[in-house]
Amino acid sequence: MKGKSTSADTGAGPQSRKKKEKGRFFKELKTNRVLFLMLIPAVLYFFVNNYLPIVGIYFAFTKFNFSGGLFGSPFCGMENFRFLWESGKLAMLTVNTVCYNIAFIVCGNTLQIVCAILLSRIGSKYFKKITQSVMFLPYFVSYVILNVIVYNLFNYDVGFINGVIRSMGGAPFDAYNTPGIWPALMVIFYLWKQVGYGTVIYLATITSISPELYEAAEIDGANVFQQIRYITVPLLVPTFITLLLFSLGSIMKGQFDLFYQVVGNNGVLYNVTDIMDTFVYRSLKQDFDIGMSTAAGLYQSVFGFIVIMATNTLIKRNHPDQALF
Amino acid sequence: MVQTASVQKKIRRTPSTITFNIIAYTFVLLLSIVCVFPLVLIVSGSFTQNSILVREGYRLVPAAFSTDAYAELFKYPEGIIRAYGSTILCTIIGTALGLFVMSMTGYVLQRKDFLYRNRVSFLIYFTTIFGGGMVPWYILLSQYLHLNNSYVARVFPLLMTPFLIILMRTFISSSCPAAVIESAKIDGAGDFKIFISIVLPIIGPGLATVGLFLALAYWNEWYLTSLFITDREMYSLQYYLYDMLNSSRFAQEMGMYLGDRELPSESIKMAMVVVVTGPIIFLYPFVQKYFVAGIAIGSVKG
Repeated sequence: MKGKSTSADTGAGPQSRKKKEKGRFFKELKTNRVLFLMLIPAVLYFFVNNYLPIVGIYFAFTKFNFSGGLFGSPFCGMENFRFLWESGKLAMLTVNTVCYNIAFIVCGNTLQIVCAILLSRIGSKYFKKITQSVMFLPYFVSYVILNVIVYNLFNYDVGFINGVIRSMGGAPFDAYNTPGIWPALMVIFYLWKQVGYGTVIYLATITSISPELYEAAEIDGANVFQQIRYITVPLLVPTFITLLLFSLGSIMKGQFDLFYQVVGNNGVLYNVTDIMDTFVYRSLKQDFDIGMSTAAGLYQSVFGFIVIMATNTLIKRNHPDQALF
Repeated sequence: MVQTASVQKKIRRTPSTITFNIIAYTFVLLLSIVCVFPLVLIVSGSFTQNSILVREGYRLVPAAFSTDAYAELFKYPEGIIRAYGSTILCTIIGTALGLFVMSMTGYVLQRKDFLYRNRVSFLIYFTTIFGGGMVPWYILLSQYLHLNNSYVARVFPLLMTPFLIILMRTFISSSCPAAVIESAKIDGAGDFKIFISIVLPIIGPGLATVGLFLALAYWNEWYLTSLFITDREMYSLQYYLYDMLNSSRFAQEMGMYLGDRELPSESIKMAMVVVVTGPIIFLYPFVQKYFVAGIAIGSVKG
């Protein structure tokens, strides 16, 4: 994934280098014409779906109206950003998004590593296969179903949890009006959905560890716990770092599906569960505030971009082969 | 074999191994129960009579078994059948098209003799680092490309992802040696012909994995429908369910008691969930191994 220039320049001036580059392109076009043609669909797709919308960043600096469109709407400078900042929204959304993502990364990886290690050591083939399948199942279920599940569990009148509390003689618990418990709940729902996927990744790494290492350790008298501590865990670190880098890269991208389906339009919970993505979606769908929502989205993109670049530069300096690009 | 068996036996006898096994089996078993428990609640709810459900709440095992909810649900099946049909159609078309285009792209990007493979790869990868955000994308598709209430809006955005293209590239380069392509070229086969008749047939497992990721995304799609589709007849299956849940909750909160007929009852909603998720659960045992293989390859090399 190195984006470096492939031209092997020989100290020629910029003019002739440019010409050479051009000549090279046409030569390549001639020899690999079909390969160029085969790339057209992908190039078109990413151009329309990902690169063309970048032009629309301009909305963030306008008071958008539909009759004016992209360049006909009045320009308003940093007005949208100023409003977002002064209302305190931007700070709250940033904190929520980043904190949730950190909690997801830490809890998710820990649970997945523990699961993978335990599963890899389980002797019964059937038990292993069945439990792994069951743990992977939630990944395949859509977020709309998660929405139903949360409702079934926490609904005030018919929810399962209140059913249990009532049958024990307690007073029912109104979860949807108790914002304090939601950060913990969101992490649990995330873990429920993702535990199987990550376990598969770590399990693949564990199976690629040479069994000789364990045999040698055993001859030296290491028990199971010591083997895990001194062989398995250190060998999982590179995988963990790779996954960590990927998730750090998307630290500003929230789990939109999860948050929108679980919380929905329940305003009571916004302070603790609103993330950048849900805020942008609501500003667009409910308030039709194109300028504001583009501004929030742009802030999210730029913030995320800076985090990725900083992380990548740091890694490149210390561990070049782990770098993202 | 005999040796490993005896080693295993020896391992089992030590106290630390016994402790470990107790921990491992208990933990894994508990976690599996947690994972499957909410789904059992739904299935149980769908087989419970609504009046019992409202009075006693959700139970693990239905107090009295009943299929009323399903009968009620399929009394007027047009909506569900239409949502089912359009979702199946979008899934098939999107998966086939996406697979073709992504494998083609992956094939070109792994060709060592293609000068621009790294630059194009980077252009694709860059989209995961920076973008214009959701709103400009939405405006482009809805206002400029006029994809509102069009099935294209439900298919096009999910066609490709950088992750799957890179996965495909890895699959192709690891299962199709460059020498084979080289010799086919010497024999006079064109690049597209090589892709169709040599590469595609031997990357079956790769196609299965990537195809399943695509199909799952199309099947579980509700987001695109919520953005672009306002015509109820064009709803995707998941959004149809979402709409049903939302409208009935809204009515409840507003205190609009329209009688049992008008509002979808609790058990009908659960039956709907089962009907919507059924195919996935049914296919799951058969397709799971392809996901596992694909994720393993993607994580090791990606």
